[in-house]
Amino acid sequence: MDALYERPKSLTNRATAYCPGCLHGVATRLIAELIDELDARADTVAVLPVGCGTLGMFHFNTDIVVSPHGRTPAVATGVKRSAPEKLVFSYQGDGDLAAIGLAEIMHAANRGENFTVIFINNGTYGMTGGQMAPTTLVGQKSTTTPEGRNPAETGYPMMMCEILSQLRAPRYIARFSLDCPANVIQAKKGLRKSFELQRAGKGFTFVELLSNCPTNWGLSPLECLEWMRENTMKAFPLGVFRDRED
Amino acid sequence: MEKKFLKGNEAVAEAAILAGCRFFAGYPITPQNEIPEYMARRMPQVGGVFLQGESETASVCMVYGAAAMGKLAMTSSSGPGISLKAEGISTLAGAQLPAVIVNVMRGGPGLGTIQAAQSDYLHATKAMGHGGFRVLVLAPSTVQEAIDLTYKAFGLAVKYQNPAVVLMDGWIGSMMEPVTLPEAKEPVKNAYTGWGTRYYNPSGTDVDVVTSCLLEPDRQELLNIHFGEMYETWARDEVMAEEYMLGDAEYVIVAYGTAARAARTAIGSLREKGVKAGMLRPISLYPFPYDALKRLDKSRVRCILDTEMTLPVQMKDDIRLGVTDAIPVHSCGRSGGVVLTNEDIEDALLRIIEEEGK
Repeated sequence: MDALYERPKSLTNRATAYCPGCLHGVATRLIAELIDELDARADTVAVLPVGCGTLGMFHFNTDIVVSPHGRTPAVATGVKRSAPEKLVFSYQGDGDLAAIGLAEIMHAANRGENFTVIFINNGTYGMTGGQMAPTTLVGQKSTTTPEGRNPAETGYPMMMCEILSQLRAPRYIARFSLDCPANVIQAKKGLRKSFELQRAGKGFTFVELLSNCPTNWGLSPLECLEWMRENTMKAFPLGVFRDRED
Repeated sequence: MEKKFLKGNEAVAEAAILAGCRFFAGYPITPQNEIPEYMARRMPQVGGVFLQGESETASVCMVYGAAAMGKLAMTSSSGPGISLKAEGISTLAGAQLPAVIVNVMRGGPGLGTIQAAQSDYLHATKAMGHGGFRVLVLAPSTVQEAIDLTYKAFGLAVKYQNPAVVLMDGWIGSMMEPVTLPEAKEPVKNAYTGWGTRYYNPSGTDVDVVTSCLLEPDRQELLNIHFGEMYETWARDEVMAEEYMLGDAEYVIVAYGTAARAARTAIGSLREKGVKAGMLRPISLYPFPYDALKRLDKSRVRCILDTEMTLPVQMKDDIRLGVTDAIPVHSCGRSGGVVLTNEDIEDALLRIIEEEGK
């Protein structure tokens, strides 16, 4: 009997360390499936951030390097420049990438580093308990914006795809959502394109995945998905922002 | 071997390449700029990687990434930049990765001055970052020694899978001296032996997990105990110091780096005046040469003069530990980039002797 669906070899055999209903699990699985499909497990280095993404240590059955908070693209730069034959991706949340690590992401992108950045945007600091992130929506409540994010005091959500698209060097920049199967399939296509471009030595690729946080949003998994469609996806339009030909 | 005439900063960079270093990332800061500039020219010639990072933090993290891939890697900076690198150095230590960090010291604290000083003894030897880790700290006092110690630092970093620091001052970095270069080593890929791999990915057998994050208190404690035992090993096996005219010395100057050069001149002059002065020069600042101080003949040595290019002096507590207060420890120095002269040291010691006579 042929197996139609099984655990990717690029995932370890253990239960998820993420909260129930969290889309990190979907993102992690998509990446692992792709690594399997590209037959790249032995040649992959996952560069993990600080935050919920650190839990990837338990899940990716590939070489892993865990970065200090936000320096993830700098660490990935050191990794890829030292081992250009490896398939290298960084996996970063919004606090890691758009707040403490803003310099690192901008400059890795500007150098056109030949690795893939996977940016999980759920509008909150999940691991530390739901503080305001750079991507928290206007009016969205967090533990550090208890009355909702007020742009007069804390500015507006940072649109990383749009910001990075101002740079000349990046090869591919796109935003997808993990809210429903159709969008998950699109996200996987974007990830595949990024990995293939990297393998062809085409330079910096960036995939933003809109995600959720049932625990800190205080919503059920299903309510989260609805909230994403009503709010997150309206504030962060999906699409391909850069697909530069050489 | 062929003699060359090299500037300290460039000599350190070349020594790194000869030791097998093939990855350098750094950021501009005075007085160490010749190191990244030299690496930018030299690394491509040997098939290595040079990167100018967007910041000090990014540079040391690039080094962390390279070390994780088994490369011998180095970064350099000066005081304010070393503060920024603290995060990455702590991460290197926690993840058990080798790397060399060069600090060409200037006058601090804060931005301080860009002139040569020895402002960072305490930072280098006690806590280069959070978490209670230690690094090997080597302090050259000549350009030749800067070469030899940089070369050695890579060996020690690999031997102990831990960062090593070359702590030199702006004088050594800026000065040119005739030197002999060591033999070129072939770069090798270091295997990762850190504990991340041991604890994560239990179902994966062929993958490395490079991390300073062990998550479980019991694991972290075991690793911290392991680190403590390693530091004990350093204290036993890796101490380096020079003893200069200590055989009959009644007055012992303790100085490292450029301060030791001024002290050497002062000792010559003091000896001509009949003062039996000598010097203990720590070469490894961590581990510190406590035993050499313990061995001093307490019935003969009348006092110790801690001599540093920083005020207040920073090494004094370590010296007092070495002599367990059985010998009085005085201090002298200049700071902020003001030049410490041999006359400063001579005058300080003569004043102490005069006070003793009263």
